[in-house]
Order: sequence, then structure tokens, then C-alpha cells
Amino acid sequence: MATRKGQVSPPVSLWAQLRTMAGRGPAPYVLIAAYAAIVSALLLSNPTTGLGTDMVVVLFLLLMFVIYRAPTMLAFKLTLGTILLAIIMPVFGVLNPFYIDVVTKAGMFAALALGLNVVVGFAGLLDLGYVAFFAVGAYLWGIFSTPQISNIVPGTEPLHGSWFWLFLAIGLAVGALFGVLLGLPVLRLRGDYLAIVTLGLGEVIRVLATNLDRPINITNGSQGIKDIGRPPLFTEPIFQSLGITISQVQEYQLYFYFLVLIVLGLTVFVVHRLNDSRIGRAWTAIREDETAAIAMGIPLVRMKLLAFAVGASFAGVMGVIFSALQTFINPPTFDLLRSIGILSMVILGGMGSIPGTMLGAVIVTLLDLQLLPRIATELAALQRRGIPIPAWFDPAQYQRLLFGLLLIIMMIFRPEGLLPEDRRRRELHYDEPEPAPETQQSASVTETAQSAEG
Amino acid sequence: MSVKATTGSDLLITHRSFRAFASEVFGPLLQVFVFVVGSAVVLGGIVLLLAIALRGTREDIDLVQGTIIILPQVVIDGLVRGFLYATIALGYTMVYGVLEFINFAHGEIFMVGAFVGAFFSAALASSGMLTTLSPILFVIAAVLLGMSVSGVLAMLIERVAYRPLRNAPRLVPLISAIGVSLVLQDVMRMITVNTGLGFNAQFRTPDLGQPLVLAQMPIADERTIPVSIDSRSLIFIVVAIVMLIGLNYLVNITKLGKAIRAVAQDRATASLMGIDVNRVIALTFLIGGALGGAAGILFGMRVGTINPYVGFLPGLKAFTAAVLGGIGNITGAMVGGIVLGFLEAFVASYLSLFTRGQFSGASYADIVAFSILILILIFRPSGLLGEAVTQKV
Repeated sequence: MATRKGQVSPPVSLWAQLRTMAGRGPAPYVLIAAYAAIVSALLLSNPTTGLGTDMVVVLFLLLMFVIYRAPTMLAFKLTLGTILLAIIMPVFGVLNPFYIDVVTKAGMFAALALGLNVVVGFAGLLDLGYVAFFAVGAYLWGIFSTPQISNIVPGTEPLHGSWFWLFLAIGLAVGALFGVLLGLPVLRLRGDYLAIVTLGLGEVIRVLATNLDRPINITNGSQGIKDIGRPPLFTEPIFQSLGITISQVQEYQLYFYFLVLIVLGLTVFVVHRLNDSRIGRAWTAIREDETAAIAMGIPLVRMKLLAFAVGASFAGVMGVIFSALQTFINPPTFDLLRSIGILSMVILGGMGSIPGTMLGAVIVTLLDLQLLPRIATELAALQRRGIPIPAWFDPAQYQRLLFGLLLIIMMIFRPEGLLPEDRRRRELHYDEPEPAPETQQSASVTETAQSAEG
Repeated sequence: MSVKATTGSDLLITHRSFRAFASEVFGPLLQVFVFVVGSAVVLGGIVLLLAIALRGTREDIDLVQGTIIILPQVVIDGLVRGFLYATIALGYTMVYGVLEFINFAHGEIFMVGAFVGAFFSAALASSGMLTTLSPILFVIAAVLLGMSVSGVLAMLIERVAYRPLRNAPRLVPLISAIGVSLVLQDVMRMITVNTGLGFNAQFRTPDLGQPLVLAQMPIADERTIPVSIDSRSLIFIVVAIVMLIGLNYLVNITKLGKAIRAVAQDRATASLMGIDVNRVIALTFLIGGALGGAAGILFGMRVGTINPYVGFLPGLKAFTAAVLGGIGNITGAMVGGIVLGFLEAFVASYLSLFTRGQFSGASYADIVAFSILILILIFRPSGLLGEAVTQKV
């Protein structure tokens, strides 16, 4: 596009030229390696908690997406990504435990969002009660690893932490089972009805979790379950051989960081393979046009159920991990706002797009857990210095406002998300005329540049 | 919205016999009345049969007697809940009728209405007028104020968040509506927390009078207990009925109503007939929002304390009511609201009684409402009064 310079407005052409230059030959390798080195050095040299480090962490996570989009060899991408995620981040995490917690949460929500993406993005079924499956997984491990279990089956002891690994698989199966059970009655409904019904089901699960402390105490009601078991650590010898002494708390943080990282990696792999499979194509067909999909011989209900079950099983696994990570769960953890939060991750990143969904999850989690509280403290500091900021304005308090505005703005201005999937973009912009090559040259360049930039 | 095919002579608005007028304005209310009586009788009968069947399982009280004693109160509670859901459901159903779109933020419009009333009463109280104002005047002023604020707000939301998305795939405006709902909750929280009203806002009213005693019900050994209706509940029911009559008049008699029905039937053709579709849709939001706002005021007046999240559950249940009655059908929304309200009131009161308080009725009433939604959607997606709709290809 930069070749037809005559008709292109200068800034766009400059940008396009820069892009081509940065993407040619060894340039991307050098640039990315330099970027990675600078960010890593900044992280490791100054691990204090503050606005500056926040920004560097954001740059670090952004680097993942730069690596993903870069026109380089796959081996280079994988090596650099592994070094950054498996070495730099954990070391930084040992130096500053706050951030590794945030990154772990971001990874967890990324996996959840990927699960929801299967339902919403691939199959086009708007599920507003997704957190129900998350709750099922969390309560499953929560009940079995605490004395809560002896209320249900008298005489049984809480399970030892080493059962955790088996419960990851059980959580997967139970999540899928619940997906099928809840999906079966509602999947014949059309899109918007389905959304409201799943929302209702999500609320039902939450109400049940609040009220099932009587007649048999299953969930311990609104007080929640505390002291949930954690898997036993086996990493002690490794650290000893390396000559590092770290506390058990930090060790668990690293443990869960790697666990989430591995599960997330597996999730990405499975979702990616599913999307490219015959099943994934069936989902796309259902999303695009249900009637046409039936006419093509796609078993509609079975495919929708499969999407529901796959999404739910990821949430089930993540629920098990979540309860072990937090060691405390209660019903408000699984309210509608959580479902909407995960949905806004999918929508922000781009429905149906795997990197987009992960980007959305990272952005929303960082905003929610890190940047909003940070801005709040900074504002409070400014206020103490006499700058007139109203005392009531506390950004950390207004999650709903944030999610709400995010949803509205995305829907109006960019319904396909930040990193859209190609097919979805075409679908949402079908009514806009294709720019004619001669007259709307600059417009088309702008559009291509934007979409490439993502 | 159910629209009957009409012949040419029916299109003349001016030549309408009084009989036709009455049947169009009061006919739907008659249907609602039939469902009120029907629900009360059927559910009351079921509860009595259950009580007789379970007699003897509780030693402490006589179950049948206990059931009969609270029955009138439960019926009144069901009526109030029913009219609450009916008034909110009308907003959902009218918007669905014209746009085939679930206005998810409608529950928040209702909540804003309740807060307008709370602000109004707080302003009156601070100027010392609250105790001196006549209760009737207060109710009328508060309802009108709530209706106008909520109506205008609904119209604004339509303009900002829904109109740009009118030709987008179905889920896009729905997601935008969810966003609007969250934004309204938090903005209202921001306002109410910072204006001294507090998160749990008090809705103060002038003295609305004593409960109205309707009858004395005799129970065993010559004692009687009064069957009474709380004055706030009475206000709720009366205002709701007046509004429903007004809405029926508006939709069935006036020219605007005809335009709304035309747009609901076929938007493109309506626009070819010279109807300003955008204006009609905006007015539909205005009417639906005003009804929701009025319901909010009445609700706030009845419960006394409101918070910014108070609109969510009633909104969801009102949607259930709209689906129960057949979404898009105005009479259906009223009927669905009544039936759902009665069901909930009966479950909320009798579940605890029958299970010795093992299951809290109030929480399980929510589950009952959603179960009804799911069952209706599976077995009779067109609702109680709706007509079967085949999907267009």
C-alpha cells in the first residue's frame, strides 16, 4: 500500500513505510529483542510497587502481543516468550509478590475468557451465566477439601491436598456435565432469550449457594467456605539446590503462577485446535446462520451443547484452581458482575479471536485489579497536596461503570473488538460499501493500517 | 403486540361506538381481572389441598388453620407483586414489540424512578413540607415526577446507546443494553452516596393512613382476625390500575397508539405510510420508561428503603412476566405479571410454613420465577396469550 504514494496522505504513508521497514529482514528480531531486554531490565532493577512499575508491567504484557504479531520465525517467538514468562516474570515475582498475583489472576481470567469465547465467540450463544460453571468447580474442590464434606457424607474426612490434581480432571468433567445439564433445556432458544435464561440460571446457582446451608449444610451459606486445601509443594528441593530461600507464601504464588500458565497454554492449544476442526467450522456456521446450518446437515443442538460443555469445562477447571488459590470462596464471588466482567473481556478483545480474548482479559484484569486502585491512591495523594479533587471520586469503587462504558463504547464504535477475527469483522461491517480503489484510496489505507495494527 | 387485521371502516378513528371504546380500553383489564381471580383461586386451592395432605406433620400448629389465616394477606401481597411486575413488564414488552430487542436496562429505569421519589421526598422533608402535604397530592406529584424523569431517561438511552445499533446483529444492542444497565447502577450510586441520601436511601412519605380493614375473619373459638390491606399497597394497586387503563387507551384508541402498532407490525411499511418510525420508537421508550418510573416510585413508597441495585431482580422477573404472557403482547404482559406475582407470593409465604422453615421461601421464590421462565420458554415459547411466531428466513 505504501507503493502508491501519490494519492496517500503523508502521515499514513509514513506509518506504513515505518511498518514495512520494521518488518523487513533482521529488523523485527533486533527491535523485539531490544524491547524485551529494556522491559526486563526495568522490571528487575526496580521492583517496587508504584505507578511506574505498573506501566512497565503493562509494557511487559504488551510485549507478549508484539511477539505474537511479529513477522518472525516461530522458534524465535517461542524461545523469547518462554524466557520472558518462565524466567523473568517469576524472578520479578519473587522480588515483588504483588505483581505476580495480578499476573496470575490475569492468566486465570484469560483462560476463563477463552472458555466463554468458545460459547459466545465461536458458537454465537450469548451466555450471561458463565460464572455458574466457575462456581461449580470452585465449590466442588471447596467442599471436598474442607470439613464441609462430612456434613454431606457423615464420617468422611476432608481430602488431602494431593487430590487437587485429580480434582482438576473432575472439575473438567463436572463443568462439562453442568454445561450439558443447564444447556439442554435452553439451547433451543433464540439468541436473546438464551442470554436472559442463562443469566437467570447463573443467579439460580448463586442463590442455591447462598441457601444450601439448610436443611443439609452443603455450601455453608453466605459465610462461604474457608481454609480450602492447597496442593502440597514439591518444589522445595529445587530452590534448595539453587541456594534460594523463599517463604512458603511466595512459593505458592510461583506454584500457582506456573499452574495457571500451563493450564492457559493448554487452553489456548485446545481452543485453537477446536476452532480449526470440523466442530469449529460447524460452530461458525451456526453463528452465521442457524437455518442455513441446519440445512447443511449440522446437528444443531448437539453442536451447541458441545460448545456449552467445552466452555463450561474450562470454567470448572479454573474454578478448582481459583478456590485453591484463594482458599476462601463465598456466593458473592460468583455474582452477575463477574460474568459480565468475563464477557467484557471477550468483547473488548474481539469475539471469536483467541489472541483478542487474551488481550481483553489482560487489559480488563489490569484495569480492575491494578490500575484503578493505583489511580485512586494517586488521586488521594494529589488531594492531600491540596489539589481540588472531590473526595468521593474513587475509581476503584466504580467497576460497574467501567465495564458498562466499555461494553457500550465497544458496541457502538468497534463491535468486532480490538484484535478482531477476520470473519467477524466482515460480518459486522457488511453494510459498509467496499472502498473503491481510485476515489477512496486514503480511507482504505487507513483502514488496512488500523486493522493490521489491531 | 397483537394486532388484528382490520377492514377499512375500522380505520376511522372518530366513528367509534361507546361499546367498542369500552371493550378496547377495559377489555384487557377484564382479562387481567379474570387472571387475578383465577390465580388466587387455583393457587389458594392448591395450598389448601397441600395443607390438608400435610396435616399432622407439624405438631406445634394446625397447618390448615395457619394456611387459612395468612391466605388473605398472601393474596394481597400477590396482587401488589403482580401489578409491580405488570407495570415493569409493559416497558419490556412494548420495546420488544417495536424493535424485537430486550431492553436490559429497563430494570434500572425502574430503579431511577424509585430514586427520583426518594430525592423528591428528601427535598420536601428538608423544606419541612413533607408532614403538611396532603398524601394524595404527594403521591400524584411523586408519580408524575418519576414518570417524566424515567421516561425522558429511557428516551435518551435509546438515542445514545440503541439507535446507532439498530441494524447490527441482534446480540450487539443487547450487550450495549447490559452496559447501560451497569452504568446507570453506578452513576446512581455515585449520586446517592454523595448527596447525603446514602447507599440505602430512605423513601419518606407523609402519613398515608392506617391499614384499611376489609373484613373480620372468624377463626376457632369465637376469635376473629382482621383482613386488612396496607394503605401503601392499596395506593400501589389503584395507581397501577389507573395507569393500565391509560395505557390501553393510548395504545388502542389514539393515533399514536395506532402508529406504535403499525411500527410493531412492519417497520418498513409503516415508514412508507408516512409514520416517523424513529419518533414512534422514541415515544415507545418514553411510555415504557414512564411506566417503569411510576412502578419505581410506588415500589419505593411501599418498601421504604431503596438502593441502586434494587432494579435488577424486579427487572429480570418482569422480563419473565413479559415472556410468560407472550412478549410483545400488552395484555399478555399484565397477565404474566399478575400470574408471576401470585406464584411468587404463594411460594414465598407457604414454602417456609410447609417445610418448617427449612427452606427460606423468599430466596426460593426467585428460583421459582426463573424456573417458570425456563419452563415457559421450552413448552410454550409464545407465552400465555401470545401467538406462535415462526422464524423468518
